[in-house]
Amino acid sequence: MHVPDGFLDLATSAATGAVAAGGIALALRGARRELDDRTAPLAGLTAVFVFAGQMVNFPVGAGTSGHLMGGALAALLVGPWTATLVVSVVLIVQALLFGDGGLTALGTNITLIALVGVWAGWWTFRVLSRVLPRRIGLVPPLAFVAGLVSVPAAALAFVGLYAVGGQAPVELSTLVTAMVGWHTVIGVGEGVITALVVSSVLAVRPDLVLAAAPYRQATELEIREGATA
Amino acid sequence: MGAPHGHLLHYHGHSVVHRTPAHLKIAALLAFVVVVVATPGTELWAFGAYLALLLGVVALSHVPPAYILPRMVVEVPFLVFALLLPFIATGERVDVGPFSLSEPGLLAAWTLVAKGTLGVLAALVLATTTEGRDLVAGLQRLRMPALMVQILSFMLRYLEVVGAEMHRMRIARESRGFHGRGLRAWPVLASSAGSLFIRSYERGERVHLAMLSRGYAGRLPLTQSQPADASQLARAAALPGAALLVLLTAYVW
Repeated sequence: MHVPDGFLDLATSAATGAVAAGGIALALRGARRELDDRTAPLAGLTAVFVFAGQMVNFPVGAGTSGHLMGGALAALLVGPWTATLVVSVVLIVQALLFGDGGLTALGTNITLIALVGVWAGWWTFRVLSRVLPRRIGLVPPLAFVAGLVSVPAAALAFVGLYAVGGQAPVELSTLVTAMVGWHTVIGVGEGVITALVVSSVLAVRPDLVLAAAPYRQATELEIREGATA
Repeated sequence: MGAPHGHLLHYHGHSVVHRTPAHLKIAALLAFVVVVVATPGTELWAFGAYLALLLGVVALSHVPPAYILPRMVVEVPFLVFALLLPFIATGERVDVGPFSLSEPGLLAAWTLVAKGTLGVLAALVLATTTEGRDLVAGLQRLRMPALMVQILSFMLRYLEVVGAEMHRMRIARESRGFHGRGLRAWPVLASSAGSLFIRSYERGERVHLAMLSRGYAGRLPLTQSQPADASQLARAAALPGAALLVLLTAYVW
């Protein structure tokens, strides 16, 4: 799923590298606001979770299986700034220690997955949760949409980069149809997994789903008649 | 838990490549891949020369090829894309057997395969010869922000702990008769992932408290690594230097 070396030309790779570095610098500040001095251990452990979560294979049938990409999920669980940081760290480790995604393409991969993927998912959730009624039961469906949108959004951003620095003459409309179409199918899976994971965390530790924070404040402690007897 | 582990890909050794400081290795391999990506795909022999150089480094590192080869499978998804390129790309067509293929597409596919393979191999050389904590120290020397370095070192430190936790959860699922087949398995797997997140996050909270009780005030005491001497610098520069020479020769000819 990661862009390898030589897919885009050097200028585009350098530009996305600069965008990625700027994005990470902003995310470092944002995450410090979200987590304060707990940033290092909590972001580190969440990064391990995203890394491990990507290794869980979800069987699709006919011997094939898919896995989570986790950008939208991380955004909903720990907030978009921390999620940007976490997904970037996962990509850096995958590139440097596992050879997954090229060294020169690292900036491109961070831009696509950690910036576009995370923020597309986060904003989708935020906008929809503003418009729709505030019912806690709506969080998983919204998480589904956020996961669904995040994948083709990253694919669309890739097509944009390819139009600027691609190394083969491919007709753009063909590429858009193929990439967005195929990634929407993948996005459905991503959305389902995101929704299922979010609802399972909500059931146990609702305070650990940052995106659900506004929903939680709406429920007040009520002591019913006869409960104290 | 115990002492820090080597990470999953690292192949223990004491070769020249292993001993080169991590920050020089990262810089050298990055420079090498930059040179490779900058080479036009029409210079066939240059890619052969790059591959020979990189294989030379692999030989120097004493990491057996049988260890590296299976790990090259990470490039399979984009090989599929490369295979499709001659069919979907525009430009002049050539007939190969029953297919009409795009000539620029063929060139692009070859370039992708060549550059991608060299890139994966270069990354694997780094991964197999560098230990996680050396890599983190190397990135710190390359001026990665301190907070980022801390997050990275926490991630590497707990990678195997959380991996083992996930393994135990799988054993627990399977010992209760769970078979991960079909879509009906998804809720079970997703709730496992959910509890994995809660356990990881709570572990992070405990680690933070443990750090505070040991006087953590936003910085980790990192031992200073040895400054690189001239001979190490020269050795690290050899690979991208030779590659650059190949590239220049290709341009001059």
